[in-house]
Amino acid sequence: MPQVSLTVNGKHATVEVEGRTLLVELLREKLGLTGTHVGCDTSQCGACVVQVNDISVKSCTMLAVQAEGASVTTIEGLAAADGTLHPMQAMFREHHALQCGFCTPGMVMSAIDLVQSHPEGLTEEAIRHGLEGNLCRCTGYHNIVKAVAAAWPLMHGQTQAAAAE
Amino acid sequence: MNAPFEGIGASVRRKEDLRFLTGRGHYVDDINRPHQLHAVIARSDRPHARINAINTAAAKAAPGVVAVFTGADLLTAAGAPIGGLPCGWQIHNKDGSPMAEPKHPVLAEGKVRHVGDPIAVVIAETKQQARDGAELLAIELEDLPVVANLHDAVRPDAALVHDSAPGNLCYDWHLGDAEAVAAAFARADRVVSLDLTNNRLIPNAMEPRAAIGDYDPSSGDYTLYTTSQNPHVIRLLMGAFVLGLPEHRLRVVAPDVGGGFGSKIYHYAEEAIVTWAAGKLRRPVKWTAERSESFLSDAHGRDHVSTAEVALDKDGTFLALKVRTLCNMGAYLSTFAPCVPTYLYATLLAGVYKTPAIYAEVKAVFTNTVPVDAYRGAGRPEAAFLLERLVDAVCHDTGLDRIAVRRRNFIPRDAFPYQTPVALQYDSGDYEATLNAALKVSDWAGFEARRAEAAQRGKLRGIGVSTYLEACGIAPSKVVGSLGARAGLYEVANVRVHPTGSVTVFTGTHSHGQGHETTLAQLVCDQLGVPFDQVDIVHGDTAKIPFGMGTYGSRSLAVGGSAMVKAMDKVITKGKKIAAHLLEAAVDDIEFKDGKFTVAGTDRSKTLGEIALTAYVPHNYPIEEIEPGLDETAFYDPANFTFPGGCHVCEVEIDRDTGAVSVVNFTAVDDVGRVVNPMIVEGQVQGGIAQGIGQALLENAAYDSSGQLLSASFMDYTMPRAQDLPNITVATENTMCTHNPLGSKGCGEVGAIGSPPAVINAVVDALRDYDVRHVDMPATAGKIWSIIQSNRPRMAAE
Repeated sequence: MPQVSLTVNGKHATVEVEGRTLLVELLREKLGLTGTHVGCDTSQCGACVVQVNDISVKSCTMLAVQAEGASVTTIEGLAAADGTLHPMQAMFREHHALQCGFCTPGMVMSAIDLVQSHPEGLTEEAIRHGLEGNLCRCTGYHNIVKAVAAAWPLMHGQTQAAAAE
Repeated sequence: MNAPFEGIGASVRRKEDLRFLTGRGHYVDDINRPHQLHAVIARSDRPHARINAINTAAAKAAPGVVAVFTGADLLTAAGAPIGGLPCGWQIHNKDGSPMAEPKHPVLAEGKVRHVGDPIAVVIAETKQQARDGAELLAIELEDLPVVANLHDAVRPDAALVHDSAPGNLCYDWHLGDAEAVAAAFARADRVVSLDLTNNRLIPNAMEPRAAIGDYDPSSGDYTLYTTSQNPHVIRLLMGAFVLGLPEHRLRVVAPDVGGGFGSKIYHYAEEAIVTWAAGKLRRPVKWTAERSESFLSDAHGRDHVSTAEVALDKDGTFLALKVRTLCNMGAYLSTFAPCVPTYLYATLLAGVYKTPAIYAEVKAVFTNTVPVDAYRGAGRPEAAFLLERLVDAVCHDTGLDRIAVRRRNFIPRDAFPYQTPVALQYDSGDYEATLNAALKVSDWAGFEARRAEAAQRGKLRGIGVSTYLEACGIAPSKVVGSLGARAGLYEVANVRVHPTGSVTVFTGTHSHGQGHETTLAQLVCDQLGVPFDQVDIVHGDTAKIPFGMGTYGSRSLAVGGSAMVKAMDKVITKGKKIAAHLLEAAVDDIEFKDGKFTVAGTDRSKTLGEIALTAYVPHNYPIEEIEPGLDETAFYDPANFTFPGGCHVCEVEIDRDTGAVSVVNFTAVDDVGRVVNPMIVEGQVQGGIAQGIGQALLENAAYDSSGQLLSASFMDYTMPRAQDLPNITVATENTMCTHNPLGSKGCGEVGAIGSPPAVINAVVDALRDYDVRHVDMPATAGKIWSIIQSNRPRMAAE
């Protein structure tokens, strides 16, 4: 069986996998990182989004062996070692942007990439457009959009008050 | 500094979020048992066929495959044969005879009856090996004539889905006073009728269903981990009716569950398969649905066609309502399917209106489609859609004002308790209040200016209103028993005050997104004065919780919360006795407030923590009169349903060139009774509205005429995405439920019930120049484009 070596949440791992193993299967089944979820089998729902070399990727759409040498961040790797939440996690909680929690890891990972890749700012419309790869059945997205908007100034080093000016 | 207020009425941030946001949620597919095997189900790809042969030899010989079982293996299982999946509700026909109730086999026996019907299970060391093994099954199917939809089912020459159900009829049921309705129609000034379809939906909780069966050979005990909204119900149904396992040998765990919306109420075949196979193979067996399987095996929702007629006097007062509905049960009866188009639907046909006479006839039929059961709202959205579309049709036909006709027919606020002609007695409500608030918040009066502005941009803008009602807080056991329920629908709470004064509550309700760990903890803060962070809510495990009926029908707070109040009352009553002893006072003189037992009129008091410690360390204790411990259980059976209701206002814009409908404003003003956590209520209502807008504009479970499900993936079934939805303005205008101690009514379903008619009423209003009276859901761009192309504008566009 092929071997794949990669870094996940800052830790190095070398794992034997079948060639057909998906990255999400490696994360969930070989590394026990069950925070990344599988919500569909057609790459439509986005519950499995992780970051591979700082770019958000649907980990059900990538073979594990394609992650050779990559640095992968999952939902488990976002909070600081002392438990301090990433601003996106904190804003999801503050704005009640999750209910059942199943789409949440993928939604948070996608939202982080969306904010990071738009230093110029994000309109509500741009946030809605940017999240089109992630399905949520619980919230109606209203509070997710609010949470992402609130995380933008925190991630770009501005306070919310300054951003509002 | 004062501690933050965390009791009833506070938007406390959720306890459960920390684990969900850091990847520490604990869903069924996250669980792996030692030496676990993996199951893959081979399903029918034909809608209706005879099974001529199943050759399992190649699959059994495949690498890693441990066992293959078919329906025949279950029938001849050592010990007792495996029973069919039971139905929890029996409806009776007009003539008093019981409904047709054909067997629902765990694995197909002789025939398959829908695409997705399970035929065999392949169990292997790894999931991939099980999948590979399933590919090697040689299943010979001989196609039979197909009943693909409601219309096919009732054709005189229709094929039979079940030989034991002539005419494909499950039941032919009615409710109301046919004679009174006929008399009212005879003297009416006018009759308005409307034919409508309530589109078939697929719930699509984001977590696919999963189940793990585990067997302990040393004790003989079974454990089932399953994605369920009601683990005790599954234990009862599977244990007693399918596998013949006594409850004390069977534990059912429903850990974190990723959404349900009704689809995870039911007892499904896979739960029985993995549990039985675990015992047979003496190893844990795990199954997780792929999304494609979910589409073909989770119970679907809705699927009605109806004709509604209302008799009016010349002022638009409703004299009587007559409804005929044909509804789809699918190929087999799912657990609660028969009650959805009857007691959760026809009983709601009074809505918020004082219509004096109502008669409803409902025929339920079998088709070669996935079983249909309750989906968010369940029967009540169908009733609300019918009524609120009919009211707008009345206004269309008569020229009367949409708001005025509603006001004219409202049950007035001083008429409660109000007995409807369709069995329910409403306890409270104020429909004028929710309507007035919604009109104000949505700026109904300013709409024509917005329509004109949109027209300048080439858009057709419309506004729609719905004033709806639901019955939830399900349900008084005696009442539902008399209506055919094969279960009681009380709820259970065990409140355990620990020796240090912290509290664990074991609730029979189940949270799969509703935030019970937060809301129910707030009840404890409020009633016992215990800090929020010292309260834990435990749910979803039959080994921990005394009993429970689970979560559906917006019942958790109204019924489950009430059980908690009752159990906490018992804690306080016992605590007063202990306090009276310690404070050397009469029990009647002890007051309990803010976590303290005080001798009335004095400053002598004991905290709940001190009382709890005394109860567990009873050295100075009236041991002859009271038992040690501070741990109370209550069963609460509601006296009535609860009746949330309200008003939704939707504004849409239609692109003339493409027919695309955009919801540009949505306002909901609901009456949900006492609100414990406003933030959570708002989220529940928004989520329900998102599903309602999905039903109205996007979603449709489409079968072709050959019985294949066309919308069987997220590529084909249009789930609302962030871009499809507007911001949703939510407010409440509450009256209290009069018969439960919290005054709460429920908020989980109101959004999905009130919104579809508001959306379609807005779409029809937007098309006012195109001579449109009704648009069936979903109002897709293609459908609206066709209407715009084929209907000549009544007046020239500017």
